[in-house]
Amino acid sequence: MSAVTALLARDMRVAIRAGGGALMGALFFLIVVTMVPFAVGPDLKLLARIGPAILWLGALLASLLALDRLFATDHDDGSLDLLMTGNIPLELTVTIKAIAHWLTTGLPLVIIAPVLGLLLNIELRAMGAVALTLLAGTPALTFVGLIGAALSVALRRGGLLLAVLVLPLTVPVLIFGVAAANAALTDGVPFGPPFTILCALSLAALVLGPIAAAAALRHGLE
Amino acid sequence: MHLRAENLACQRGGREVFAGLNFAIGGGEALLVTGRNGAGKSSLLRLIAGLVRQSAGKLELEGGEADAPIGEQAHYLGHLDAMKPSLTVAENLRFWIDFFGGGKPAAAGLEAVGLAPLADLPAAYLSAGQKRRLSIARLVAVARPLWLLDEPTSALDAVSRTRLAELMRAHLAGGGLIVAAAHGPIGLERARELKLGPA
Repeated sequence: MSAVTALLARDMRVAIRAGGGALMGALFFLIVVTMVPFAVGPDLKLLARIGPAILWLGALLASLLALDRLFATDHDDGSLDLLMTGNIPLELTVTIKAIAHWLTTGLPLVIIAPVLGLLLNIELRAMGAVALTLLAGTPALTFVGLIGAALSVALRRGGLLLAVLVLPLTVPVLIFGVAAANAALTDGVPFGPPFTILCALSLAALVLGPIAAAAALRHGLE
Repeated sequence: MHLRAENLACQRGGREVFAGLNFAIGGGEALLVTGRNGAGKSSLLRLIAGLVRQSAGKLELEGGEADAPIGEQAHYLGHLDAMKPSLTVAENLRFWIDFFGGGKPAAAGLEAVGLAPLADLPAAYLSAGQKRRLSIARLVAVARPLWLLDEPTSALDAVSRTRLAELMRAHLAGGGLIVAAAHGPIGLERARELKLGPA
């Protein structure tokens, strides 16, 4: 097995096994979204209108919840030291870690989102569109979060700093994610432009995130 | 192959750990770094591995791959064992072999440290000494010329120490280099000594 597939398989295996926390994000997402109808009340029209925003906020918070595990466990058990002495570039190493992280924490959110949409009275037709925006947007959340995770490991502060660092950077993703989802719900509003920008944000994060995260890890060498 | 340090200095947290350090070892030679607690033994090993930045001086590995940093040609055995408790012994070792590339099968590494019977046990159930041996199996399974060992005998029993000494001698006999930090003898009779800090 090559270094790339070995790292991907190992990170996913660790996440799925006991104590790995792969399902934590999905459960948190479920609970947050379930709480909203209780808070807002049984106004079905209102729920349907704010549904996409609730789903997006829930997904954002759920993906944030798991982010601090991205490097912290590897840092604590000494694996990060060895990962940095590997033959593949550090940028590639952190990219693979982020992909494994997205597959185990981001993808489950996309998969359960349509089910949660039922709780928010979103039409089935529109649920596909909301799930599609989450599929396009959650990689951006992971790769932006990658930078924060690398910085907080290097600075040896906990998860709170991570949230403060990452959340402001995810505002554009949230705006265009919700805009695209709402466009799919409303007739006459074009879905294409906000969705394309959302994809662009993901692609930009995919390129910039690993470079910045590797630089943060190198800078934190001590 | 030569590892040469000239006028090497290291700062951590704004404090000078050591400065003006000179040493050179060739293929088949070992350097035993000694010194009191806080003298900079671990810092020196991490610096050679590329995990801590040097603040001054020159460090080079002659005869190695010119383009690759020294860290990529070295095995770093630190205080932490870099093993995931939820993976089995064999899975842990196989991952590092695959990640570093071009290694022997995991079974050979486990055999060398006497962990073959525990291959399918989750690493969480290993004792401190067994985890240490699992880390050492990585050095055996993946060939890298420079070994950086930070107190390699800690937590090891007498039998395992003897076995580690044999592995180190075999590595040196094959032209490898070892830099080890230790407080006592680690079973290398002809190692040169580098004393850090004030006597």
